[in-house]
Amino acid sequence: MKITLNGESHEVADELRLDALLESSGYANKRVAVEINRQIVPRSRYSEHQLKPDDRIEIVHAIGGG
Amino acid sequence: MTHTDTDMLVIAGRPYQSRLLTGTGKFKDLEETRKATEAAGSKIVTVAIRRTNIGQDPEQPNLLDVLPPERYTILPNTAGCYTADDAVRTLQLARELLDGHKLVKLEVLGDQKTLFPDVVQTLEAAERLVADGFDVMVYTSDDPLLARRLEQIGCVAIMPLAAPIGSGLGIQNRYNLLEIVENAKVPVLVDAGVGTASDAAIAMELGCDGVLMNTAIAGARDPILMAHAMKLAIQAGRAAFRAGRIPRKRYASASSPIDGTIG
Repeated sequence: MKITLNGESHEVADELRLDALLESSGYANKRVAVEINRQIVPRSRYSEHQLKPDDRIEIVHAIGGG
Repeated sequence: MTHTDTDMLVIAGRPYQSRLLTGTGKFKDLEETRKATEAAGSKIVTVAIRRTNIGQDPEQPNLLDVLPPERYTILPNTAGCYTADDAVRTLQLARELLDGHKLVKLEVLGDQKTLFPDVVQTLEAAERLVADGFDVMVYTSDDPLLARRLEQIGCVAIMPLAAPIGSGLGIQNRYNLLEIVENAKVPVLVDAGVGTASDAAIAMELGCDGVLMNTAIAGARDPILMAHAMKLAIQAGRAAFRAGRIPRKRYASASSPIDGTIG
């Protein structure tokens, strides 16, 4: 299925859960926050959150800023 | 024990040992960020919230690895946000990122050339964030009435600019700042415009509770030395404010006694 990840289109496996997406992107146990279709998904729910086609996913982190 | 030991900056009920708050942007690398932050002695450091680079090596060191939240109060900002919606959304993500952390820096910009704040959007965002339980430190223009309004809304610190962000023009508005400082019951921190140490000292001598800066340090030829200079300037300016300066007079007043001169 197709999802949009940080503004870019990605093809991923159907029935993918959020924790698996984070794992495969290298963000397992990293300090990130995730928003799907403008709703924040709390860390505690990563493993149960099922992704759907056309989900718009934002993964953010802290970087240098003033 | 010195006078400064008890003279803490208190924001939202929490004391901080340093009145210098520093940004973490524009440094050469994370090591320079870490060293400059240490030299500045800052306890509160701002960070920006941005998309991760998908595909980039996630094992790269992270800002929060060199400035761990256990040692520093991380102040997520809304830099780059031009609407109240974007600002609120960014800080909600920041709260999730930082495990429920409530202290945030709100800035909603209105113009790309000056980076002046959009005060209408800022007010709206501040109201929504306060209602949502955030402790909001708010970047604003130097308008005393607006500062009062932001305080009434429930912001925990008012942070007027001294000059445009990154301009290094120094304190351009000392009477406005003075008016804001004298009327505010929450801390007032200069946020933006400082160019060198004397600017920071002037802000503190006016009675500001602190200064937040980034470019003045990160953009200096030697950022770590400038961070050190800023730390001293903040301490000197604060001490001078507390000590109470002498009034300005047009003519001289001899320092040595007149009585007993020979001849």
